[in-house]
Amino acid sequence: MKKLFSFVMGAAVIGTALAPSANAWWWGKKGSEKASITVYTALEDDQIPNYLKSFERDYPNIEVNIVRDSTGIVTAKLLAEAENPQADVVWGLAASSLLVANDRGLIQGYAPKGLSNVKPSFRDPAKNPSWVGIDSWISAFCVNKIEAQKNGLSIPKSWADLTKPEYKGHIVMSNPASSGTGYLSVASRLQNLPSEEDGWNYLDALHENIAQYMHSGSKPCKAAGKGEYPIGVSFGYRAVKQVNMGQPIEAVFPKEGSGWDVEANALIKKDKIKPAAKTFLDWAISPEVSREYAKSFAITAVETDVPLPKGFPSNPEKQLAKNDLQWAAVNRERILAEWAKRYDGKSAPK
Amino acid sequence: MKVIYKSMYFKKNFNKSFNILLLRILIIFVFILVSFFIIIPLLPLFLKSFSDNKNNFIGFENFINYIQNPSLTQSFINSLKVAITTTFFSVLIGFIYAYALTRTRLPLKKFFNTFSLFSLYIPPLAVAIGLIYIFGKQGLITQGFFGTIPGFDINLYGFNGIIIGEIFYCFPQALIILVSALNLSDQRLYEAAESLKASPLRKFLTITLPNIKYGLMNSFFICFILSFTDFGVPKVVGGNFNVLATDIYKQVVGQQNFAMGATISIYLLVPSILAFLIDKNFQKNEASLISGKSIPFKPRKNLIVDSIMFIFCSLILILVFGVFSSIVLASLIKIWPYDISLSLQNFRFSNVAGNGYEPYFNTVFMSIYTAIFGTIFVFFTAYLVEKFKPLKKIRMLIYFFSTLPIAIPGLVLGLSYILFFNKPSFSVPFLDFQIFNPFSLLYGTMGILVLANIIHFFTVCFISATTTLKQIDKEFEEVSESLKVPFYKTFLRITIPLSLPTILEIGSYYFVNSMITVSAIIFLYPAKIPVSSVSIVNMDDAGDTASAAAMSTLIVLTSLFVRLIYEFTSRNVSKKSSVWINPLET
Repeated sequence: MKKLFSFVMGAAVIGTALAPSANAWWWGKKGSEKASITVYTALEDDQIPNYLKSFERDYPNIEVNIVRDSTGIVTAKLLAEAENPQADVVWGLAASSLLVANDRGLIQGYAPKGLSNVKPSFRDPAKNPSWVGIDSWISAFCVNKIEAQKNGLSIPKSWADLTKPEYKGHIVMSNPASSGTGYLSVASRLQNLPSEEDGWNYLDALHENIAQYMHSGSKPCKAAGKGEYPIGVSFGYRAVKQVNMGQPIEAVFPKEGSGWDVEANALIKKDKIKPAAKTFLDWAISPEVSREYAKSFAITAVETDVPLPKGFPSNPEKQLAKNDLQWAAVNRERILAEWAKRYDGKSAPK
Repeated sequence: MKVIYKSMYFKKNFNKSFNILLLRILIIFVFILVSFFIIIPLLPLFLKSFSDNKNNFIGFENFINYIQNPSLTQSFINSLKVAITTTFFSVLIGFIYAYALTRTRLPLKKFFNTFSLFSLYIPPLAVAIGLIYIFGKQGLITQGFFGTIPGFDINLYGFNGIIIGEIFYCFPQALIILVSALNLSDQRLYEAAESLKASPLRKFLTITLPNIKYGLMNSFFICFILSFTDFGVPKVVGGNFNVLATDIYKQVVGQQNFAMGATISIYLLVPSILAFLIDKNFQKNEASLISGKSIPFKPRKNLIVDSIMFIFCSLILILVFGVFSSIVLASLIKIWPYDISLSLQNFRFSNVAGNGYEPYFNTVFMSIYTAIFGTIFVFFTAYLVEKFKPLKKIRMLIYFFSTLPIAIPGLVLGLSYILFFNKPSFSVPFLDFQIFNPFSLLYGTMGILVLANIIHFFTVCFISATTTLKQIDKEFEEVSESLKVPFYKTFLRITIPLSLPTILEIGSYYFVNSMITVSAIIFLYPAKIPVSSVSIVNMDDAGDTASAAAMSTLIVLTSLFVRLIYEFTSRNVSKKSSVWINPLET
């Protein structure tokens, strides 16, 4: 008995001793004196510290707690927490996701300072917009030059090229049912051919060449970078980044135009909206941080003087295909059901 | 004199009824805890399966819609195929490995024991990275070690990849149960068989197998359900091979369709409930093995068996080490497979939000807390359920609830926990009245992470504890009762010392799983407590495979370190607990 008691006590003591500030660990360091806000974001992990530098310099009294996850996870979290929202601000989440959140009444319209600098197509047109964009992300192909050469493939230049028989089994793309990037490509094809029927015919032909539909937006490009598959249908920022990392990738922006979505900010509706949350939203479209966005993204919501990042087409705005975000959001369920019926059930590898 | 006698009589009587009262209170208390942590949080999500996304009640429409979807039948069949194949291989490998560890004179046994759960230390994403570097299109084996030997393509993406990944994940779980089943055995039975000149095969079939049938059956169920519900492996190496768990991911994360996600999760619970029903019938004729007179089994030398076992266990470990080495390699290589120069750059984590090592230490503390509190909770629950007679129905319910968490995908558990623990108050139906939800205090703290982990991994620990407790004869409790010794004294003096090896095993199981878990935690971690398994996902998202691999390496080494501490402690402990079984021997 004594031994056991001392064992249990010992374990407890070790547990407490190991955590020097046990209380702070346990309670998530509540009760600090700075104003603090919680920011949910889907911006990539390695970009965030750079962006935040100017905020930390200008607002040393506001503590920013970042929760970074992929678009789908952040959106699911937001919706699940609806009853008692934890986030104060959403920063850089797909506008299509924010449309869903707004539809469920989770967003408080707010016009941040400097809103007039934001291009009209990059924001909700309402006077107090529910979402305000910061940049646009566009679909692109990652083509592995070494593997393409090994397999005797020419570099595809357009969506139409992807359906050529030579690419059979060499293309991977994001699954539209699990990734926003995948959906953006599919939705864009359906809107940019003469009729939706033609769009589906195109996707039928593309399906013949697809080796795998992958579960995240960046995965096809990563797979191409590692030479797993020569061609990945993914998005532009990703492709350009991998080129700059030194991978043998060519970033291809399809001739017919790219599908696109906007990464946007929003204020979360809750009983007590912190002033710091609004400060953050004002800052998040400021020219200074927009210049940082512009170093990675070809198209930003606020025009900057930053030269186009290496690897993007010279007139990126022209690259954008016709896209109605509202249409894409409203028709999403129908399109995905049709997509699953056509390609998902019978897509087990032969 | 008479007075003294009377008061003594009274005291004894009081003790006995106090004993039973205390037991009843404890059983009800545990029942309440288990309900609040397992069942009640799941209810809101399951109610969602009967409503649309705007919370209108629509009856069984979701279930019917899903069945009519042609991809369901395919996913369901695929999930079954994966589960059956995985279960077969995992239990087979787990059994042979466990047998080698407990019943033979395996050379280097300490080494094999230490590394037996090694594949469980590797975060799932890292397993995928490792498998891709070995078996992917550019993998070492596929390309024949950069073209030096003929390559061999196993077609990783799809069924094959899923099976390899699942076996990696499931066989240690079968092992952990089978080791605790094989550990407790009675030498006397084997001696008796020997004096009756029974052949080794006969001894195996008539003594060994029947003795561990409970553990064996449980490891079948565990592996089946784990591989039936896991989504980590299919997500990364599944290719176009759809399973039910990836369907949930698509619905919930891809399309924010919680209602449909909940519907599919209910389909996932079916095998688990079947398993519970079968299990209950099976248990009726279960006799315990270890009585007060048992003698622990002492394996004898057998050159042939020992060397076969040695080769088998080595092969398994070589595979696991192979995957681990490729992860280490991945953390050092610049651009796989095109620029294979090495650097230690990636261990700095300077590019990572939440400054590098902080998530790592958060994870270590979270895992320590989970191990301590989880082990106490799980063992006590199993003890109350297994050893006593009062409140049979409630104990059955606790047992049933305890078997459920394994069938709940982490994703579903995480979302359910948000819905329940993030609710500031409950409204009372038909009255305009709100009750404060005391559990909401946990939300946004380390506590919710620890709790989610305890519940997420509850079933395997619970079954492992039950398996051990079953094998300890109830006669200990019965004798104590007739001697009027309160049950807690028997618990502390007999049950715990006898079960210490299993208790430590449960603690280390909790620790290593909490180190690598992603699926539930990713929804629950508070802004100020980032954890490393999530940062691995984020680093990989950002294309930084090398840093992700580096962090994974760190996690594996930490778990290994903890395992070594465990080995050291348990060696001393198990000596003592065997001594306890047969005090006369020493």
